[in-house]
Amino acid sequence: MSSWVPVCDYGLLLPERGVCALVDGRQVAVFRVFDGSVRAIGNLDPFSGAQVLSRGIVGSREDEPTVASPLHKQVFSLVTGVCLDQPEVVVPTYATRVCGGRVEVRRDCSGL
Amino acid sequence: MTRIVVAGYGPTAHRFVETLLERGFGGRITVIGEEPRPAYDRVALTSYLSGTGVEELSYPAPAGAVTRLGVRVTGIDRAGRTVTLADGSAEPYDVLVLATGSAPFVPPVPGAEHAFVYRTIDDLDAIRTAAKDATEGVVVGGGLLGLEAADALRGLGLRTHIVEMGPWLMPRQVDEGGGAVLRRHIEALGLSVHTGAGVQEIVTGEAGGVTGLREPDGTLIDAQLVVFSAGIRPRDELARGCGLEVGERGGVVVDAGMRTSDPAIYAIGECALAGGLVYGLAGPCFTMAEVAADRVLGGAATFDGADLSTRLKLLGVEVAQFGAMEGALDVTYTDPVGGVYKRLFISDDARTLLGGICVGDASPYGTLRPFVGKPLPAPPSDLLFSGAGADLELPGDAQVCSCNNVSAGRIRTAIADEGLTDVAGVKTCTRAGSACGSCVPMLRRLLETSGVELGTALCEHFAHSRAELFDIVRVRGIGTFSELIAAHGRGRGCDVCKPAVASILASLHNGHVLDGERAALQDTNDHFLANIQKNGTYSVVPRVPGGEITPDRLIVLGEVARDFGLYTKITGGQRIDLLGARVEQLPEIWRRLVEAGFESGHAYGKALRTVKSCVGSTWCRYGVQDSVGLAIALELRYRGLRAPHKLKSAVSGCARECAEARSKDFGIIATEQGWNLYVGGNGGFRPRHADLFAADLTTGELVTTIDRFLMYYIRTADRLQRTAAWIESIEGGLEHVRQVIVHDSLGLCAELDERMRQHVAGYEDEWRATIEDPEKLSRFVSFVNAPGVPDPSIVFERERDQIKPAVVR
Ligand code: SRM
Ligand SMILES: Cc1cc2nc3c(=O)[nH]c(=O)nc-3n(C[C@H](O)[C@H](O)[C@H](O)COP(=O)(O)OP(=O)(O)OC[C@H]3O[C@@H](n4cnc5c(N)ncnc54)[C@H](O)[C@@H]3O)c2cc1C
Ligand code: SF4
Ligand code: FES
Repeated sequence: MSSWVPVCDYGLLLPERGVCALVDGRQVAVFRVFDGSVRAIGNLDPFSGAQVLSRGIVGSREDEPTVASPLHKQVFSLVTGVCLDQPEVVVPTYATRVCGGRVEVRRDCSGL
Repeated sequence: MTRIVVAGYGPTAHRFVETLLERGFGGRITVIGEEPRPAYDRVALTSYLSGTGVEELSYPAPAGAVTRLGVRVTGIDRAGRTVTLADGSAEPYDVLVLATGSAPFVPPVPGAEHAFVYRTIDDLDAIRTAAKDATEGVVVGGGLLGLEAADALRGLGLRTHIVEMGPWLMPRQVDEGGGAVLRRHIEALGLSVHTGAGVQEIVTGEAGGVTGLREPDGTLIDAQLVVFSAGIRPRDELARGCGLEVGERGGVVVDAGMRTSDPAIYAIGECALAGGLVYGLAGPCFTMAEVAADRVLGGAATFDGADLSTRLKLLGVEVAQFGAMEGALDVTYTDPVGGVYKRLFISDDARTLLGGICVGDASPYGTLRPFVGKPLPAPPSDLLFSGAGADLELPGDAQVCSCNNVSAGRIRTAIADEGLTDVAGVKTCTRAGSACGSCVPMLRRLLETSGVELGTALCEHFAHSRAELFDIVRVRGIGTFSELIAAHGRGRGCDVCKPAVASILASLHNGHVLDGERAALQDTNDHFLANIQKNGTYSVVPRVPGGEITPDRLIVLGEVARDFGLYTKITGGQRIDLLGARVEQLPEIWRRLVEAGFESGHAYGKALRTVKSCVGSTWCRYGVQDSVGLAIALELRYRGLRAPHKLKSAVSGCARECAEARSKDFGIIATEQGWNLYVGGNGGFRPRHADLFAADLTTGELVTTIDRFLMYYIRTADRLQRTAAWIESIEGGLEHVRQVIVHDSLGLCAELDERMRQHVAGYEDEWRATIEDPEKLSRFVSFVNAPGVPDPSIVFERERDQIKPAVVR
């Protein structure tokens, strides 16, 4: 079994917005950030217990790409998964790549 | 049990009673007031003419005191410790407090009985009535109160003259140079100023009505209305009547503890002569009230005189005076073109600041007043010209709020000890800033110097406030967030600035909120055009304009809810909320609603929510206008309008107010003649009643006024600032807004009207547009790689026959 799972066409991703993909039954939030690269973290918002992080607003803190939970606005790093407002809270991150115009997510996530 | 009787029920009496109660006084308090209403804020009296209601001016009734209104105290029996009242009754006392204030001085000239004075609500009612039959008015007295009265007459539409005995206007606050600059400002507004003039007689015509005022030199000023505002006289008649010591020129003599020559009787406020002076300003009167309350409770507080500094904005002209009006040295700055005059008085060794006068630009007042009697914080010329002083460190004992006598040290301690983070907190905690408000900029600075960040910067990406960004986008014609942040910001934005800019773009350019780059800026609610719930599902709140709905449509809502398995609830906004929809269900739900002639509504966006209505004249036996018809028209007009925060409205068919219009951002109450418009109401966490903005409007006038009000709000308010907070924060307050909207003082009305025209013409049902656009529609899936699969994490339980979220982790 390949360790990369194709998710969708790159062209389907809106700049600076996210989508949610099912990867082996897990919900992964996939974002296209400002430099055009793709980042992925777990979709579960650890603060609310709801699967919603893919629907947050993408932005930056200093130079780090971030997403804010749509429920209570805690901001997470899209690079490390660390919650920048409460660094002891971390969400899993997933490696991504764009292959032949397709976005792919790696099965194994960090941290979990 | 100690029985305290207070004679007179003005602001001073109120503060006295309030302080006693706050400090736990357990005896009996009886307050006797001659006016037919409880104490009100006399300082703000003039706003009554522009629509502020009596209830708003009134102080909250002190629970724990007995008030007897509309009855005068006529005599004091000191031996029997009893006061007698005009209605023949009597009140025994252990402690009597005289708080009878003062009365306007009316010179004994022929015809004086036809003139008006300017002190009470009743006086203003009488002036307003008389002004209806007048075209010209004269105010006798060019001091602080006289100019305020003149402004009021002007506001009532009269050609207005000011007659001042002294050689220049406001002789007690400004010197000759300042008076000359002030005069030019006032004349430029169309008022005629007669200085060095007096009153020989008030001339009446054959029918008995006033026709003019004759000066001693024979000059006749035509006028049908004359107001005397030529000084005040303490109301010491009760004290005289019972043999208490009074001053040669009036005023009940008191010691530093506010006690009169009879130890059982105190005198406070404008009727008292303290240290040889009668104080005609609210601040010192409040201090007297607090001192007397402390004494009654056994304390030893003293009143040691007070700062008589003033800062005011009259007829749009800033005037300020602080400290002494003379000194060995002085520095003066005059700009006759700009209409600015500033002068500082300094001690002979050029080290100590003694006082200052400002006309046309009072900015030095806030920074320099606390330094009176202290070493100059910078070279005088810097202080006057370069606006330096913004970062001066205030000494702890410097008085910051003169109305409430609060020092810089007290405020700093409160900020540190109570962890205060904003001006509102400082106001509640220390009272500073809660009277005239002129010290608020100082409070802001003290917060800042204590390390509280109050900057107007939106977030780390923009150093600008929302209003500034609005202007940048408007003036530069910017169309996208990327352009804006590249030219005027840094980084890539965040959940604060992106939705704020999205809202600005929506206000300035029509087009769908999900078009192009704009889609990415929106909060999840706007992005999915519905309101997210705790478990990641959404609610749909179909628009029901004015709350009016046919049985058939009601059935459709029931069917939609049943077919999609949604939870239903009647909202507080006269709509029906359908909750628990998954992302992929939303377009299907909208489709069903669109087919039945509904549109989904905003329960989320910073936009118009609902215009509630009562049943109104169509059915209700009390209704005087069709409140439902108007509510529907307004809801359809303003739906979709993006704003700094949500907008709510309501229309009531009569003064019984069943639609609760006065708790709305703009509320309308029907009158026999048309509509009264109220603005700036709020429920929520800081409730505020809306202020009357304009009365008896036709429907056309009403709509134009609301159009401009909303557009001006959208243009200038801060992010997430409801209209209530906006009006309170905007310089000049509601009166400024009225000038802009009703009198077009900034020449903006045409543009505001045009923007609203564009909004109304460009409105489209954004939900319908979304289901008709395949590209937008494709985003409504739970999983990009499994579009048909519902989110398995969304699970419901049942309660009272409906679903409720069960969050599983
Ligand atoms: C549904 C409803 C409660 C209900 O079941 O009755 C409701 C529900 C919500 N209110 Fe409300 N408010 C509802 C009437 C009110 C009212 C009463 C009214 O409008 O007559 C108030 C007080 C009046 C006012 O706003 O001045 C009210 C004051 C608030 C506030 C505090 C606003 C403030 O200025 O203090 C918030 C928070 C905010 O907007 O920042 C809020 C926010 C919310 C939000 C949007 C919170 C959120 O983001 O999840 C809720 C979402 C509703 C949804 O998903 O559908 N809601 N909310 C009412 C919808 C009315 C409608 O049809 O539009
Ligand atoms: C138009 C206007 C604008 C003003 N603007 C400012 C300002 O900007 N800043 C500022 O500091 N000050 C201002 N003032 C002054 C301020 O309002 C007064 O200093 C303050 O009202 C004094 O309060 P008081 O309670 O001592 O007297 P008052 O407000 O005069 O109240 C006394 C009350 O006692 C009642 N009374 C009198 N005799 C009897 C009796 N025998 N029996 C029963 N009741 C009696 C009177 O009817 C009155 O209601 C302004 C005043 C006016 C009129
Ligand atoms: S506000 Fe007046 S018209 Fe409307 S329902 Fe109430 S009583 Fe009737
Ligand atoms: S100086 Fe008037 S409120 Fe502070």
